[in-house]
Amino acid sequence: MKDLQQQLARQGYVAGDDLAMALHLAVTLGRPLLLEGAAGVGKTEIARALAAARETRLIRLQCYEGLDASHAIYEWNYQRQLLAIQAGRGEEDIFSRQYLLERPLLQAITQAMPPVLLIDEIDRADEEFEAYLLEILSDFQVTVPELGTIEATTRPIVILTANGTRDLSDALRRRCLYTHVDYPDRKTELAILNARHPGLEAKLAGQIVGFVQSLRKEELRKTPGIAEMLDFAAALAGLGLSDLTEDPAALSAALATLLKTEADRAAIPPEVAARLAGKAA
Amino acid sequence: MSRVTRFAARDPGPMARLSAFMDHLRSHGFQLGVSETATATSALLCLPTPEPGAVRSALRAVCAGNAEQAARFDALFDAFWMDAGRVRQKAVPTDRAADHTSSSRRDEGAEPAAGAGGIHAPDGHDGGEAESDGEGLLQAARNANLMKKDLRDLVSPDDIRQAEAIARRLGAALRDRRSRRRKAARRGSVLDFRRTIRRALQTGGAPLRLAMRRRPDRPVKIAALVDVSGSMLVYARPFLAFLAGLLRADDAADAYLFHTRLTRITEALRDEDPMRALNRTTLLADGIGGGSKIGGALQHFNRSYARRLVDGRTVVLILSDGYDTDPPEAIADALAELRRRGCRIVWLNPLKGWRGYEPVARGMAAALPHLDLFEAANTLDDLAALEQRLEAL
Repeated sequence: MKDLQQQLARQGYVAGDDLAMALHLAVTLGRPLLLEGAAGVGKTEIARALAAARETRLIRLQCYEGLDASHAIYEWNYQRQLLAIQAGRGEEDIFSRQYLLERPLLQAITQAMPPVLLIDEIDRADEEFEAYLLEILSDFQVTVPELGTIEATTRPIVILTANGTRDLSDALRRRCLYTHVDYPDRKTELAILNARHPGLEAKLAGQIVGFVQSLRKEELRKTPGIAEMLDFAAALAGLGLSDLTEDPAALSAALATLLKTEADRAAIPPEVAARLAGKAA
Repeated sequence: MSRVTRFAARDPGPMARLSAFMDHLRSHGFQLGVSETATATSALLCLPTPEPGAVRSALRAVCAGNAEQAARFDALFDAFWMDAGRVRQKAVPTDRAADHTSSSRRDEGAEPAAGAGGIHAPDGHDGGEAESDGEGLLQAARNANLMKKDLRDLVSPDDIRQAEAIARRLGAALRDRRSRRRKAARRGSVLDFRRTIRRALQTGGAPLRLAMRRRPDRPVKIAALVDVSGSMLVYARPFLAFLAGLLRADDAADAYLFHTRLTRITEALRDEDPMRALNRTTLLADGIGGGSKIGGALQHFNRSYARRLVDGRTVVLILSDGYDTDPPEAIADALAELRRRGCRIVWLNPLKGWRGYEPVARGMAAALPHLDLFEAANTLDDLAALEQRLEAL
């Protein structure tokens, strides 16, 4: 588990103990891992880092409302089929593997090396798809009626993410290991910032993290996530600031990377921002 | 750091302890089966060193199923494994008939068996049983009523049965026609290539008969919030029956009671025995018939449950008279925020049935601009009559 934590750290991903343990179990037990948490806490990033750490492919399936089997698993290549029929080929021919378009789920189970399969925002897909997914996650095989059953050559490491658009079914939750990913504490967030922007001055980095952490405690419609914090740091570095309290105008300009609705901008006027920055310093 | 629990010498070993722990979690509402115990075992076996921190993380990953359980897990883990060095006498789970009522969606048929074995006596709440029912009270009261009102006095099994039928019809009336999935259909807007090709084989490759796909209807979810403050108590009977019926008829529905606080009663009302369901609800919604804080309750709903459960396919049904002690802006703000989730909001007000009623209660007036539908409802029959209005929504 410590190994995994270090491997992820080398990819620039700082994982807490709970998360590292859950990933370790997901890999060793071959169970899917369900990650839940607010937007912007780095759920998707985990899969990317894990794939990079294990030097394997990342196959991503972005879920959306109306996603169905033909987008997620496989589809026949109809144009080629039509041409083939007109060229006089029979049924045996046109329903063979060369006319099959592989979509992410089928791709994931037919790789030579176990890939990381990221099923992003599973809660956006409808319940019907969830049921279908369950079947694949438990058997790791896909049945194409015209072709027969395609068995998995490898078992992918499956990571599902959700941020609470709707309640997931108990069946899916029970099939998965579960980790709730929260906003990182001060120390972890500082480690993340240092990993991503190694050139940043220690003092400014501390201020940025302190500022963002106190901003998260305010009542905001969209709480800034880690990605926003990194953007904010990049913006400040771009503006050439070395101290948050030094230039209130620049600070309030850089806030555009953190506060993304009109109401939130109104909730944190420049004076409040300056006060928070003063406290963080 | 608390010390590790010691176990009685005669208990049969780590496996029994683990299964006792799973039982401990189950008794605190975790939904865990035998397969989870097996997973937990193999998870522990693949840990290099059995130190408490790693065991805690590993078991949390296996056992917790949602954010709330993950948050509670630490305390439960401590209580079982870190019990200050106390000796736990019996690690072997006993065979007791648990009344796990989870979210079993069984149909009716459970006759009101007087809540056999499941009567949870109200835990004597001492402390100023000041306010009485306050029936017919027309202004809102600020203080919570601490007197227990038993919902079973209000609602009879017949009511529930009747309400169930109505709830089914209303659910059907609210069907959403905006699904984005497509299903095979005789007539539709989009070509179903797969079927078309299959049929083309019969005609030598010429796609003569086209198969189509179209978007199917999809049911909406109903989230019902019922005001049970003093002023609403006279109408509580049909509304509670409606809630009970709704939850029995519709798996996706959600129910809340509010007075000065908001309580989610979905799980309690899903109890297979309708009378026991009401009993459980009574226990949850402590303070029925007291004051009302509609704005606060809605705000609380927005911050908590709505984030998870309300989306563009939800109809939020609010049953209240609009007499509120919170400032009227609170209601307006809360409703505006709720609307932003894309749901539709229906407010059923029993007073609207009165002749010459004007929505003059300040809260009600503030709420009006944010509502999709504002209707009267006094009785179950009124609710049934809403079918057409809802269909037009």
